[in-house]
Amino acid sequence: MAQRLGMEVSVALGEAVKLADADVIAAYPITPQTHIVEHLAELVADGELDAEYIPVESEHSAMSACLGAAASGARTFTASAGQGLELMHEVLYVASSMRLPIVMAVVNRALSAPLSVWGDHSDAMAVRDTGWIQLFTENGQDVVDQVLCAFRIAEDRRVLLPVMIHLDGFHLSHVIEPITLPEQTQVEQFLGTNQYPLPLHPNKPVAMGDFGPPFIYTETKWAQEVNLRKSKEVVLECWQEFGRTFKRHYQPVEGYHSEDARVLLLTMGSFSETAMTAIERMRQNGQEVGLIRLRLWRPFPFSEVRRAVKNAELLIVLDRAISFGGPGGPVCSEIRSALYNQEKRPKIVSFVGGLGGRDITVDGFEQIITRGIEIGQKGSEQEFEIFGVRE
Amino acid sequence: MAKPESELTWRDLEIGSIVTEPGNASQYRTGDWRSQRPSHDFAKCIKCGLCYIFCPEGCLSQTAEGYFEADLFYCKGCGICAQECPTGAIAMQQEEE
Ligand code: SF4
Ligand code: SF4
Repeated sequence: MAQRLGMEVSVALGEAVKLADADVIAAYPITPQTHIVEHLAELVADGELDAEYIPVESEHSAMSACLGAAASGARTFTASAGQGLELMHEVLYVASSMRLPIVMAVVNRALSAPLSVWGDHSDAMAVRDTGWIQLFTENGQDVVDQVLCAFRIAEDRRVLLPVMIHLDGFHLSHVIEPITLPEQTQVEQFLGTNQYPLPLHPNKPVAMGDFGPPFIYTETKWAQEVNLRKSKEVVLECWQEFGRTFKRHYQPVEGYHSEDARVLLLTMGSFSETAMTAIERMRQNGQEVGLIRLRLWRPFPFSEVRRAVKNAELLIVLDRAISFGGPGGPVCSEIRSALYNQEKRPKIVSFVGGLGGRDITVDGFEQIITRGIEIGQKGSEQEFEIFGVRE
Repeated sequence: MAKPESELTWRDLEIGSIVTEPGNASQYRTGDWRSQRPSHDFAKCIKCGLCYIFCPEGCLSQTAEGYFEADLFYCKGCGICAQECPTGAIAMQQEEE
Protein backbone atom coordinates (compact mmCIF):
# COMPACT_ATOMS: atom_id res chain seq x y z
CA MET A 1 0.00 0.00 0.00
CA ALA A 2 1.14 3.49 -0.81
CA GLN A 3 1.87 5.26 2.47
CA ARG A 4 1.06 8.81 3.41
CA LEU A 5 4.11 10.33 5.06
CA GLY A 6 5.19 13.71 6.32
CA MET A 7 7.93 14.83 3.94
CA GLU A 8 9.66 17.95 2.72
CA VAL A 9 8.25 18.72 -0.71
CA SER A 10 11.73 18.88 -2.31
CA VAL A 11 12.54 15.42 -0.97
CA ALA A 12 9.21 14.07 -2.16
CA LEU A 13 9.96 15.52 -5.59
CA GLY A 14 13.26 13.64 -5.61
CA GLU A 15 11.42 10.48 -4.60
CA ALA A 16 9.01 10.97 -7.51
CA VAL A 17 11.96 11.17 -9.91
CA LYS A 18 13.24 7.95 -8.38
CA LEU A 19 9.83 6.32 -8.82
CA ALA A 20 9.93 7.41 -12.46
CA ASP A 21 13.30 5.65 -12.66
CA ALA A 22 15.10 8.51 -14.39
CA ASP A 23 18.25 7.47 -16.28
CA VAL A 24 20.15 10.75 -16.31
CA ILE A 25 20.10 13.72 -13.96
CA ALA A 26 22.29 16.69 -14.84
CA ALA A 27 21.89 19.61 -12.49
CA TYR A 28 23.61 22.51 -10.82
CA PRO A 29 22.52 23.36 -7.29
CA ILE A 30 20.87 26.71 -6.64
CA THR A 31 18.66 27.92 -3.81
CA PRO A 32 15.77 27.08 -3.41
CA GLN A 33 16.13 24.04 -5.68
CA THR A 34 19.09 22.58 -3.73
CA HIS A 35 17.28 19.99 -1.62
CA ILE A 36 15.90 18.33 -4.74
CA VAL A 37 19.25 17.75 -6.40
CA GLU A 38 20.97 16.93 -3.12
CA HIS A 39 18.42 14.25 -2.48
CA LEU A 40 18.77 12.85 -5.99
CA ALA A 41 22.57 12.86 -5.76
CA GLU A 42 22.25 10.90 -2.53
CA LEU A 43 19.83 8.38 -4.03
CA VAL A 44 22.22 7.78 -6.92
CA ALA A 45 25.31 7.61 -4.69
CA ASP A 46 23.58 5.13 -2.36
CA GLY A 47 22.60 2.93 -5.28
CA GLU A 48 18.90 3.46 -4.66
CA LEU A 49 18.41 5.01 -8.07
CA ASP A 50 20.26 3.50 -11.00
CA ALA A 51 20.98 6.70 -12.88
CA GLU A 52 23.86 8.74 -14.20
CA TYR A 53 24.18 11.88 -12.06
CA ILE A 54 26.18 14.52 -13.94
CA PRO A 55 27.45 17.28 -11.62
CA VAL A 56 27.95 20.01 -14.19
CA GLU A 57 29.72 23.37 -13.85
CA SER A 58 26.74 25.59 -14.65
CA GLU A 59 23.07 25.55 -15.54
CA HIS A 60 23.95 26.17 -19.17
CA SER A 61 25.90 22.91 -19.07
CA ALA A 62 23.15 21.18 -17.11
CA MET A 63 20.60 21.76 -19.83
CA SER A 64 23.17 20.98 -22.54
CA ALA A 65 23.95 17.64 -20.89
CA CYS A 66 20.21 16.98 -20.69
CA LEU A 67 19.92 17.55 -24.44
CA GLY A 68 22.49 14.88 -25.13
CA ALA A 69 20.98 12.46 -22.64
CA ALA A 70 17.45 12.88 -23.96
CA ALA A 71 18.69 12.63 -27.55
CA SER A 72 20.14 9.23 -26.75
CA GLY A 73 16.75 8.10 -25.46
CA ALA A 74 17.44 8.37 -21.73
CA ARG A 75 14.74 9.45 -19.29
CA THR A 76 16.17 12.81 -18.27
CA PHE A 77 15.56 15.11 -15.33
CA THR A 78 16.93 18.40 -14.10
CA ALA A 79 15.90 21.18 -11.74
CA SER A 80 16.72 24.84 -11.47
CA ALA A 81 15.54 28.21 -10.18
CA GLY A 82 15.82 31.95 -10.72
CA GLN A 83 19.22 33.02 -12.03
CA GLY A 84 20.07 29.41 -12.83
CA LEU A 85 17.08 29.13 -15.11
CA GLU A 86 18.15 32.36 -16.77
CA LEU A 87 21.65 31.01 -17.36
CA MET A 88 20.23 28.01 -19.21
CA HIS A 89 17.82 30.20 -21.15
CA GLU A 90 19.20 29.75 -24.68
CA VAL A 91 19.42 25.98 -24.27
CA LEU A 92 15.75 25.81 -23.25
CA TYR A 93 14.76 26.79 -26.78
CA VAL A 94 17.03 24.10 -28.20
CA ALA A 95 15.40 21.43 -26.02
CA SER A 96 11.89 22.24 -27.24
CA SER A 97 12.84 22.87 -30.88
CA MET A 98 14.67 19.56 -31.00
CA ARG A 99 11.64 17.92 -29.35
CA LEU A 100 13.56 16.36 -26.49
CA PRO A 101 11.41 15.01 -23.64
CA ILE A 102 13.30 16.48 -20.67
CA VAL A 103 11.51 17.02 -17.37
CA MET A 104 12.58 19.98 -15.24
CA ALA A 105 11.39 21.22 -11.88
CA VAL A 106 11.62 24.99 -11.58
CA VAL A 107 11.56 26.13 -7.99
CA ASN A 108 10.34 29.63 -8.64
CA ARG A 109 12.63 32.36 -7.39
CA ALA A 110 12.79 36.12 -7.89
CA LEU A 111 15.42 37.52 -10.25
CA SER A 112 18.27 39.80 -9.20
CA ALA A 113 18.95 42.66 -8.48
CA PRO A 114 18.67 43.11 -5.56
CA LEU A 115 19.67 39.55 -4.85
CA SER A 116 16.73 37.52 -3.66
CA VAL A 117 16.65 33.80 -3.08
CA TRP A 118 12.93 33.97 -2.28
CA GLY A 119 10.01 33.10 -4.45
CA ASP A 120 7.99 34.78 -7.15
CA HIS A 121 7.21 34.04 -10.79
CA SER A 122 9.64 36.36 -12.56
CA ASP A 123 11.85 33.40 -13.55
CA ALA A 124 8.87 31.49 -14.92
CA MET A 125 7.62 34.45 -16.94
CA ALA A 126 11.06 34.99 -18.48
CA VAL A 127 10.94 31.49 -19.97
CA ARG A 128 7.33 31.68 -21.05
CA ASP A 129 8.03 31.53 -24.77
CA THR A 130 10.69 28.83 -24.78
CA GLY A 131 8.29 26.23 -26.22
CA TRP A 132 8.14 24.01 -23.13
CA ILE A 133 4.95 22.55 -21.71
CA GLN A 134 4.55 24.33 -18.37
CA LEU A 135 2.55 23.33 -15.31
CA PHE A 136 2.08 25.19 -12.03
CA THR A 137 1.62 23.29 -8.80
CA GLU A 138 -0.08 24.14 -5.51
CA ASN A 139 1.00 21.61 -2.89
CA GLY A 140 3.38 18.73 -2.26
CA GLN A 141 1.09 15.99 -3.50
CA ASP A 142 0.44 17.99 -6.64
CA VAL A 143 4.21 18.31 -7.21
CA VAL A 144 4.79 14.56 -6.90
CA ASP A 145 1.84 13.81 -9.16
CA GLN A 146 2.91 16.32 -11.81
CA VAL A 147 6.44 14.94 -11.92
CA LEU A 148 5.01 11.54 -12.83
CA CYS A 149 2.59 13.07 -15.34
CA ALA A 150 5.37 15.20 -16.81
CA PHE A 151 7.43 12.18 -17.82
CA ARG A 152 4.42 10.51 -19.38
CA ILE A 153 3.39 13.64 -21.29
CA ALA A 154 6.92 14.53 -22.41
CA GLU A 155 7.70 11.05 -23.70
CA ASP A 156 4.36 10.47 -25.41
CA ARG A 157 5.02 9.89 -29.13
CA ARG A 158 2.45 12.52 -30.03
CA VAL A 159 4.18 15.10 -27.85
CA LEU A 160 7.97 14.65 -27.45
CA LEU A 161 8.44 17.98 -25.76
CA PRO A 162 10.20 19.07 -22.58
CA VAL A 163 8.01 19.79 -19.56
CA MET A 164 8.58 22.32 -16.78
CA ILE A 165 6.94 21.90 -13.41
CA HIS A 166 6.81 25.16 -11.48
CA LEU A 167 6.68 25.11 -7.70
CA ASP A 168 7.05 28.12 -5.45
CA GLY A 169 10.44 28.52 -3.82
CA PHE A 170 10.33 28.02 0.00
CA HIS A 171 6.56 28.55 0.26
CA LEU A 172 6.18 25.15 -1.34
CA SER A 173 9.61 23.61 -1.88
CA HIS A 174 10.69 23.73 1.77
CA VAL A 175 7.51 22.89 3.62
CA ILE A 176 6.77 19.51 5.16
CA GLU A 177 3.47 18.08 4.07
CA PRO A 178 1.69 14.74 4.24
CA ILE A 179 2.36 13.14 0.86
CA THR A 180 1.42 9.80 -0.65
CA LEU A 181 4.11 8.28 -2.80
CA PRO A 182 2.58 5.82 -5.25
CA GLU A 183 3.74 2.21 -5.51
CA GLN A 184 6.66 1.55 -7.83
CA THR A 185 4.74 -1.03 -9.89
CA GLN A 186 1.84 1.36 -10.42
CA VAL A 187 4.23 4.07 -11.58
CA GLU A 188 5.98 1.67 -13.94
CA GLN A 189 2.65 0.78 -15.47
CA PHE A 190 1.57 4.39 -15.72
CA LEU A 191 4.81 5.54 -17.33
CA GLY A 192 6.00 2.64 -19.44
CA THR A 193 9.46 3.03 -20.88
CA ASN A 194 10.86 5.96 -22.79
CA GLN A 195 10.89 5.10 -26.50
CA TYR A 196 12.35 8.12 -28.22
CA PRO A 197 11.70 7.40 -31.91
CA LEU A 198 14.94 8.70 -33.42
CA PRO A 199 17.63 8.38 -30.77
CA LEU A 200 21.30 8.99 -31.36
CA HIS A 201 22.68 5.58 -32.17
CA PRO A 202 25.72 4.53 -34.22
CA ASN A 203 23.62 1.97 -36.13
CA LYS A 204 21.34 4.64 -37.48
CA PRO A 205 23.09 7.98 -37.78
CA VAL A 206 20.97 11.10 -37.52
CA ALA A 207 21.83 14.77 -37.24
CA MET A 208 20.03 16.88 -34.64
CA GLY A 209 19.85 20.62 -34.20
CA ASP A 210 21.00 21.38 -37.73
CA PHE A 211 21.24 24.49 -39.71
CA GLY A 212 17.88 25.94 -40.86
CA PRO A 213 18.19 28.42 -43.71
CA PRO A 214 15.36 30.84 -44.53
CA PHE A 215 13.75 28.39 -46.94
CA ILE A 216 12.82 26.04 -44.09
CA TYR A 217 13.01 27.90 -40.74
CA THR A 218 9.39 29.11 -40.87
CA GLU A 219 8.20 25.54 -41.47
CA THR A 220 10.20 24.25 -38.50
CA LYS A 221 8.63 26.87 -36.21
CA TRP A 222 5.11 26.18 -37.41
CA ALA A 223 5.63 22.45 -36.89
CA GLN A 224 6.73 23.25 -33.33
CA GLU A 225 3.73 25.47 -32.68
CA VAL A 226 1.23 22.93 -34.01
CA ASN A 227 2.85 20.26 -31.89
CA LEU A 228 2.81 22.28 -28.66
CA ARG A 229 -0.82 23.26 -29.13
CA LYS A 230 -1.84 19.68 -29.85
CA SER A 231 -0.04 18.46 -26.76
CA LYS A 232 -2.96 19.78 -24.70
CA GLU A 233 -5.04 16.74 -25.68
CA VAL A 234 -2.34 14.47 -24.36
CA VAL A 235 -2.02 16.49 -21.14
CA LEU A 236 -5.78 16.11 -20.58
CA GLU A 237 -5.67 12.43 -21.42
CA CYS A 238 -2.74 11.93 -19.04
CA TRP A 239 -4.57 13.64 -16.16
CA GLN A 240 -7.65 11.50 -16.83
CA GLU A 241 -5.57 8.36 -16.77
CA PHE A 242 -3.77 9.60 -13.67
CA GLY A 243 -7.14 10.15 -11.99
CA ARG A 244 -8.28 6.64 -12.87
CA THR A 245 -5.06 5.07 -11.58
CA PHE A 246 -4.22 7.20 -8.55
CA LYS A 247 -7.61 8.77 -7.72
CA ARG A 248 -6.33 12.32 -7.77
CA HIS A 249 -7.73 14.61 -10.42
CA TYR A 250 -6.23 17.58 -12.22
CA GLN A 251 -7.55 20.11 -14.74
CA PRO A 252 -5.89 22.85 -16.82
CA VAL A 253 -8.06 25.43 -15.05
CA GLU A 254 -9.50 24.64 -11.64
CA GLY A 255 -12.23 26.52 -9.83
CA TYR A 256 -13.15 27.09 -6.23
CA HIS A 257 -16.65 28.45 -5.61
CA SER A 258 -16.29 29.79 -9.12
CA GLU A 259 -19.43 28.52 -10.85
CA ASP A 260 -21.85 31.13 -9.49
CA ALA A 261 -19.34 33.82 -8.51
CA ARG A 262 -19.80 37.33 -9.81
CA VAL A 263 -16.28 38.24 -8.83
CA LEU A 264 -13.40 35.92 -9.62
CA LEU A 265 -9.79 35.98 -8.53
CA LEU A 266 -7.22 34.19 -10.67
CA THR A 267 -4.00 32.84 -9.17
CA MET A 268 -1.23 30.41 -10.05
CA GLY A 269 0.87 28.20 -7.80
CA SER A 270 0.87 27.62 -4.05
CA PHE A 271 -0.64 31.00 -3.13
CA SER A 272 -3.90 29.62 -4.49
CA GLU A 273 -4.32 27.64 -1.28
CA THR A 274 -4.26 30.79 0.86
CA ALA A 275 -6.56 32.48 -1.62
CA MET A 276 -9.06 29.63 -1.16
CA THR A 277 -9.21 30.30 2.57
CA ALA A 278 -9.89 33.97 1.85
CA ILE A 279 -12.63 33.06 -0.63
CA GLU A 280 -14.18 30.71 1.90
CA ARG A 281 -14.25 33.47 4.52
CA MET A 282 -15.74 36.02 2.12
CA ARG A 283 -18.36 33.50 1.03
CA GLN A 284 -19.38 33.05 4.65
CA ASN A 285 -19.86 36.80 4.79
CA GLY A 286 -22.24 36.53 1.86
CA GLN A 287 -19.97 37.78 -0.92
CA GLU A 288 -20.31 36.09 -4.31
CA VAL A 289 -16.62 35.59 -4.88
CA GLY A 290 -14.75 32.65 -6.34
CA LEU A 291 -11.30 31.53 -7.39
CA ILE A 292 -9.82 30.30 -10.66
CA ARG A 293 -6.43 28.57 -10.56
CA LEU A 294 -4.45 28.27 -13.73
CA ARG A 295 -2.51 25.00 -13.68
CA LEU A 296 -1.60 24.56 -17.35
CA TRP A 297 0.37 27.61 -18.45
CA ARG A 298 1.70 26.27 -21.76
CA PRO A 299 -0.01 25.31 -23.98
CA PHE A 300 -2.37 28.04 -22.79
CA PRO A 301 -5.85 26.60 -22.10
CA PHE A 302 -7.90 29.16 -24.04
CA SER A 303 -11.23 27.34 -24.11
CA GLU A 304 -11.04 26.33 -20.44
CA VAL A 305 -10.21 29.89 -19.32
CA ARG A 306 -13.06 31.31 -21.41
CA ARG A 307 -15.49 28.78 -19.99
CA ALA A 308 -14.35 29.36 -16.41
CA VAL A 309 -14.94 33.12 -16.42
CA LYS A 310 -17.91 33.45 -18.74
CA ASN A 311 -20.49 34.13 -16.01
CA ALA A 312 -18.37 36.51 -13.96
CA GLU A 313 -18.69 40.28 -14.01
CA LEU A 314 -15.23 40.97 -12.68
CA LEU A 315 -11.98 39.07 -12.91
CA ILE A 316 -9.06 40.05 -10.70
CA VAL A 317 -5.75 38.58 -11.80
CA LEU A 318 -2.88 38.29 -9.38
CA ASP A 319 0.58 38.09 -10.95
CA ARG A 320 3.76 37.40 -9.04
CA ALA A 321 5.92 39.07 -11.68
CA ILE A 322 6.03 42.44 -13.42
CA SER A 323 6.23 43.14 -17.10
CA PHE A 324 8.18 46.38 -16.62
CA GLY A 325 6.71 49.31 -18.49
CA GLY A 326 4.07 47.01 -19.89
CA PRO A 327 0.39 46.34 -19.38
CA GLY A 328 0.73 44.89 -15.87
CA GLY A 329 1.20 41.31 -14.85
CA PRO A 330 2.18 38.94 -17.66
CA VAL A 331 -0.55 36.43 -16.76
CA CYS A 332 -3.13 39.18 -16.76
CA SER A 333 -2.07 40.32 -20.25
CA GLU A 334 -2.58 36.83 -21.57
CA ILE A 335 -5.95 36.48 -19.89
CA ARG A 336 -6.98 39.81 -21.40
CA SER A 337 -5.99 38.75 -24.90
CA ALA A 338 -7.69 35.38 -24.46
CA LEU A 339 -10.95 37.15 -23.58
CA TYR A 340 -10.81 40.32 -25.66
CA ASN A 341 -12.76 38.97 -28.62
CA GLN A 342 -15.39 37.24 -26.51
CA GLU A 343 -18.84 38.77 -26.68
CA LYS A 344 -19.46 38.25 -23.01
CA ARG A 345 -16.50 38.76 -20.77
CA PRO A 346 -15.76 40.12 -17.32
CA LYS A 347 -14.01 43.37 -16.56
CA ILE A 348 -10.39 42.67 -15.78
CA VAL A 349 -8.28 44.14 -13.01
CA SER A 350 -4.54 43.45 -12.74
CA PHE A 351 -2.66 43.11 -9.46
CA VAL A 352 0.98 42.32 -8.91
CA GLY A 353 2.05 41.03 -5.51
CA GLY A 354 3.97 38.41 -3.61
CA LEU A 355 7.28 39.53 -5.12
CA GLY A 356 10.61 38.22 -3.87
CA GLY A 357 9.09 35.96 -1.23
CA ARG A 358 6.72 38.47 0.32
CA ASP A 359 3.77 36.60 1.70
CA ILE A 360 0.17 37.33 0.88
CA THR A 361 -1.94 36.32 3.84
CA VAL A 362 -5.64 35.46 3.94
CA ASP A 363 -6.32 39.07 4.96
CA GLY A 364 -4.13 40.18 2.08
CA PHE A 365 -6.21 38.27 -0.43
CA GLU A 366 -9.37 39.77 1.03
CA GLN A 367 -7.87 43.23 0.60
CA ILE A 368 -6.92 42.46 -3.02
CA ILE A 369 -10.43 41.30 -3.83
CA THR A 370 -12.05 44.24 -2.05
CA ARG A 371 -9.79 46.74 -3.80
CA GLY A 372 -10.31 44.89 -7.10
CA ILE A 373 -14.08 45.29 -6.76
CA GLU A 374 -13.58 48.99 -6.06
CA ILE A 375 -11.41 49.41 -9.18
CA GLY A 376 -13.98 47.41 -11.16
CA GLN A 377 -16.64 49.97 -10.17
CA LYS A 378 -14.68 53.21 -10.22
CA GLY A 379 -11.89 52.41 -12.65
CA SER A 380 -8.23 53.23 -12.12
CA GLU A 381 -5.65 55.54 -13.62
CA GLN A 382 -3.05 52.80 -13.50
CA GLU A 383 -2.58 49.80 -15.77
CA PHE A 384 -2.16 47.66 -12.68
CA GLU A 385 -1.80 47.96 -8.94
CA ILE A 386 0.98 46.56 -6.88
CA PHE A 387 -0.27 45.00 -3.69
CA GLY A 388 1.21 45.96 -0.34
CA VAL A 389 3.89 48.37 -1.57
CA ARG A 390 4.79 50.99 1.05
CA GLU A 391 4.19 54.45 -0.36
CA MET B 1 15.77 15.19 -49.76
CA ALA B 2 12.97 13.67 -51.77
CA LYS B 3 11.26 16.98 -52.60
CA PRO B 4 12.89 20.14 -53.88
CA GLU B 5 13.52 22.70 -51.12
CA SER B 6 10.82 25.06 -52.29
CA GLU B 7 8.10 22.40 -51.99
CA LEU B 8 8.92 21.13 -48.49
CA THR B 9 6.10 21.82 -46.03
CA TRP B 10 6.12 21.71 -42.24
CA ARG B 11 4.45 18.31 -42.43
CA ASP B 12 7.44 16.87 -44.28
CA LEU B 13 9.78 17.55 -41.40
CA GLU B 14 10.93 14.83 -39.05
CA ILE B 15 10.32 15.45 -35.33
CA GLY B 16 12.58 18.25 -34.18
CA SER B 17 13.71 18.66 -37.82
CA ILE B 18 16.07 15.72 -37.29
CA VAL B 19 18.04 14.86 -40.41
CA THR B 20 17.84 11.11 -41.02
CA GLU B 21 19.77 11.02 -44.30
CA PRO B 22 23.47 11.01 -43.39
CA GLY B 23 25.67 13.38 -45.35
CA ASN B 24 22.89 15.29 -47.08
CA ALA B 25 24.69 18.55 -46.27
CA SER B 26 26.70 17.72 -49.41
CA GLN B 27 23.60 18.70 -51.40
CA TYR B 28 23.79 22.22 -50.03
CA ARG B 29 25.40 24.63 -52.47
CA THR B 30 27.63 26.92 -50.44
CA GLY B 31 29.29 28.11 -53.64
CA ASP B 32 26.70 30.81 -54.12
CA TRP B 33 27.92 32.64 -51.01
CA ARG B 34 31.07 33.48 -52.98
CA SER B 35 31.93 36.91 -54.32
CA GLN B 36 35.48 35.96 -55.35
CA ARG B 37 36.82 32.71 -56.76
CA PRO B 38 40.33 31.28 -56.44
CA SER B 39 42.23 30.86 -59.67
CA HIS B 40 45.33 28.67 -59.68
CA ASP B 41 48.41 29.41 -61.78
CA PHE B 42 49.82 25.92 -62.11
CA ALA B 43 53.11 27.26 -63.46
CA LYS B 44 53.84 28.71 -60.01
CA CYS B 45 52.47 25.73 -58.02
CA ILE B 46 55.01 23.55 -56.19
CA LYS B 47 52.32 21.00 -55.15
CA CYS B 48 52.97 21.57 -51.45
CA GLY B 49 49.28 21.07 -50.56
CA LEU B 50 49.08 23.97 -48.09
CA CYS B 51 45.98 25.34 -49.84
CA TYR B 52 44.36 21.92 -49.48
CA ILE B 53 45.19 21.78 -45.76
CA PHE B 54 44.01 25.29 -44.97
CA CYS B 55 40.77 25.34 -46.98
CA PRO B 56 38.07 25.52 -44.26
CA GLU B 57 35.49 24.16 -46.64
CA GLY B 58 37.52 21.06 -47.61
CA CYS B 59 36.63 21.70 -51.20
CA LEU B 60 40.10 21.49 -52.75
CA SER B 61 41.20 18.21 -54.27
CA GLN B 62 44.29 17.01 -56.04
CA THR B 63 44.23 16.30 -59.77
CA ALA B 64 46.03 13.39 -61.43
CA GLU B 65 48.91 15.76 -62.22
CA GLY B 66 49.24 16.67 -58.51
CA TYR B 67 47.80 20.20 -58.71
CA PHE B 68 44.95 21.44 -56.53
CA GLU B 69 41.59 22.67 -57.73
CA ALA B 70 38.57 24.05 -55.91
CA ASP B 71 35.10 22.53 -56.31
CA LEU B 72 33.13 25.68 -57.01
CA PHE B 73 29.85 24.07 -55.91
CA TYR B 74 31.20 24.42 -52.35
CA CYS B 75 34.02 27.04 -52.46
CA LYS B 76 32.88 30.06 -50.41
CA GLY B 77 35.57 32.34 -51.76
CA CYS B 78 37.13 33.08 -48.38
CA GLY B 79 40.60 33.54 -49.89
CA ILE B 80 42.45 31.57 -47.24
CA CYS B 81 44.07 29.34 -49.87
CA ALA B 82 45.40 32.41 -51.70
CA GLN B 83 46.66 33.90 -48.44
CA GLU B 84 48.48 30.70 -47.44
CA CYS B 85 50.00 29.71 -50.79
CA PRO B 86 53.80 30.20 -50.38
CA THR B 87 54.44 30.85 -54.09
CA GLY B 88 51.54 33.19 -54.86
CA ALA B 89 50.02 30.66 -57.25
CA ILE B 90 46.46 31.47 -56.26
CA ALA B 91 44.77 34.73 -57.17
CA MET B 92 41.27 35.72 -56.04
CA GLN B 93 39.12 36.91 -58.92
CA GLN B 94 35.91 38.88 -58.66
CA GLU B 95 32.81 36.86 -59.58
CA GLU B 96 30.94 38.43 -62.47
CA GLU B 97 27.36 38.34 -61.08
S1 SF4 C 1 38.62 30.40 -51.38
FE1 SF4 C 1 38.36 29.50 -49.37
S2 SF4 C 1 36.75 27.99 -49.70
FE2 SF4 C 1 37.52 28.48 -51.74
S3 SF4 C 1 39.09 26.99 -52.11
FE3 SF4 C 1 40.13 28.76 -51.25
S4 SF4 C 1 40.21 28.32 -49.06
FE4 SF4 C 1 38.69 26.93 -49.94
S1 SF4 D 1 49.49 26.23 -51.67
FE1 SF4 D 1 50.04 27.12 -53.63
S2 SF4 D 1 51.86 26.02 -54.16
FE2 SF4 D 1 50.98 24.86 -52.54
S3 SF4 D 1 49.73 23.33 -53.61
FE3 SF4 D 1 48.40 25.05 -53.22
S4 SF4 D 1 48.51 26.29 -55.03
FE4 SF4 D 1 50.23 24.92 -55.11
